[in-house]
Amino acid sequence: MTASWNRIPRVEHAAEVALGWRGRALPDVPRPLLAHGLGRSYGDVCLNPEASLLHTPGLDRFVAFDATTGELTAEAGVSLDALLRFAVPRGWFPPVVPGTRFVTLGGAIANDVHGKNHHQAGSFGDHVRALTLRRSDGQVLEVTPENTPDWFAATVGGLGLTGLIETVTLQLTPIRSAWMRAWSQRFESLEAFWELNAQAEREWPYTVAWIDCLNPGAGGRVGRGIYSGGRHATTAPRKDAWHERRRSIPLDPPVSLVNRLTLRAFNHLYYRQPVHATPRAVHHRPWLFPLDAIRHWNRIYGHNGFYQYQCVLPPAASKDGVQALLDAIAASGQGSFLAVLKTFGDRAAPGLLSFPRPGATLALDFPEKGRDTERLFARLDAIVQEAGGALYPAKDARMPADVFRQGFPRWEAFAEYVDPEFSSGFWRRVTA
Amino acid sequence: MNPMNNVVLFGATSAIASAAARELVDTGARLFCVARDGEALEALLADLRVRGDDPDGARILGATADLADVDGHAAIWQQAQEALGEVDSVLLAWGTLPDQAACNASVDETLQAIHVNGTSAIALLARIAPDFEARGRGVIAAIGSVAGDRGRQSNYAYGTAKGMLAIYLQGLRNRLFFSGVDVVTLKPGFVRTPMTEGFNRAGALWAEPETVARGIVRAMHRGRDVAYLPGKWWVIMTIIRLIPEYLFKRLKL
Repeated sequence: MTASWNRIPRVEHAAEVALGWRGRALPDVPRPLLAHGLGRSYGDVCLNPEASLLHTPGLDRFVAFDATTGELTAEAGVSLDALLRFAVPRGWFPPVVPGTRFVTLGGAIANDVHGKNHHQAGSFGDHVRALTLRRSDGQVLEVTPENTPDWFAATVGGLGLTGLIETVTLQLTPIRSAWMRAWSQRFESLEAFWELNAQAEREWPYTVAWIDCLNPGAGGRVGRGIYSGGRHATTAPRKDAWHERRRSIPLDPPVSLVNRLTLRAFNHLYYRQPVHATPRAVHHRPWLFPLDAIRHWNRIYGHNGFYQYQCVLPPAASKDGVQALLDAIAASGQGSFLAVLKTFGDRAAPGLLSFPRPGATLALDFPEKGRDTERLFARLDAIVQEAGGALYPAKDARMPADVFRQGFPRWEAFAEYVDPEFSSGFWRRVTA
Repeated sequence: MNPMNNVVLFGATSAIASAAARELVDTGARLFCVARDGEALEALLADLRVRGDDPDGARILGATADLADVDGHAAIWQQAQEALGEVDSVLLAWGTLPDQAACNASVDETLQAIHVNGTSAIALLARIAPDFEARGRGVIAAIGSVAGDRGRQSNYAYGTAKGMLAIYLQGLRNRLFFSGVDVVTLKPGFVRTPMTEGFNRAGALWAEPETVARGIVRAMHRGRDVAYLPGKWWVIMTIIRLIPEYLFKRLKL
């Protein structure tokens, strides 16, 4: 049974087919169809209950690479992990990476993913130069931002609904080292975060903050945390050898290991970890993809799974809105292991349904606790809607249709481009 | 260690051979890839050329051929040798997984399955062996299967072909030993490839093509006689082979 990373919802598919070669007709399986890459989204954007999934990781070939310009064309099932293994030794880096490298290029486009460098680099779609899109009527569209801007805007962030993305042309970024220079610093309150953030964003291409959403900081309010900034290093440290120690959660624990006690303790300890105010050398893997070192980390929540909740709030409402969200979470007593706060750059996203937009984005995870979780989400939704914000479809398994429609007002314009033989659990849920 | 600098891959677009090709490209080898499907071959060659920093296709080459057609073997072998110069390694990797039920219902299906997976490979081995024998070095490897170790009702047409191939390789190994050529019989277990799509492929017995491919390249470098891939299949198949026939025939395997 194919599930997404948070294991909610659990659904059955009518058929699942592994694609092996580009340029082939869509397989003869029950409609509607949906491409499924590595299943790292948290919900049903990558699921198609009672219908069919097309698994894309077999489309894992490179097509062309220009070593002088850094323009790479590859099949859509190539993972960022494979891309990094190829590109980093040659002095190139993906222009945008999310928090895990186990996603496919097709998935990165379909969700128009962002990373810690959004304020300088924008989202993934900003660096896509071209893609090929196979439609169910047999057409293969060559989509570029210049020649077919409408199809490009629909497909970037288009949740895989405009057809099967077969190949992708991506502009890579030059780097001089696989290492980064990075620093981190504690902050006692959200006020301190905003101050630190304004300054750090000007100087550092990658920035992110972790928030302790259980233990209050200065002034007795939640909002303390750790701020980190980084950039690609120009040289490798003297001791260049770096080996990733990969661990694995071998099986589902009988009950979720995430509970009030462990959360409070974890957040406290995490806040007390050593920080390094002066930049030091860190390999890009642990810095950009910390959780990738633990295989199957999603198992810590047990068989029932968990929810992610990621919202964006517009700039004018960011400060009050983020504090209100954190207060509501603290009041509920349901904390999050890894609450992440980051501001997006002031730029329009390339896709009709792109999530990134000017403002602040807060990402949280919550164990599945039934009614308590539902009640908390309803309160958080109200704050997000009041602020005029949006929830991230790639991290959603439950948002009500009205929250989606308010957050993505161009959804009806987008719907014109949806392939009549493609759909997803998410799409049916928010458009029904 | 056998050098693998000029390698011919027959059936190169199979998942296992493609993964082996990626391994070899990383070592700087020159490759000649043979496959039946021209579009798939082009996609494979483009990928290998990107990975091998060979945009112009100077060292990563290929041509299409239907290897089930043994009459074409001489020409494609000639072409490979002209393209690479001295060929030091070959890997035979084409095959299909026939539907045993269809074979049970059709003599033609049975003979076709045995031809594609067995006889046609033997024809190519017979074709190229004298060239290796004359040069007195190199490595010849072919992908057999654990299915060739014992006949089972669920896939004995395939098993027959692979078992026959294994015995042919055994004889060839004995013959070419005296001229310094290694002959390697590769026996993968269950591998997650398009060939096995539709099986329930969860569980510890299923391996990824990349894992098997690494084992293939290692076995060829070392000139192993027989390599089960992954190695635990040697244990499993030893036990399977030891089951007395009067019990084995009663099993539903």
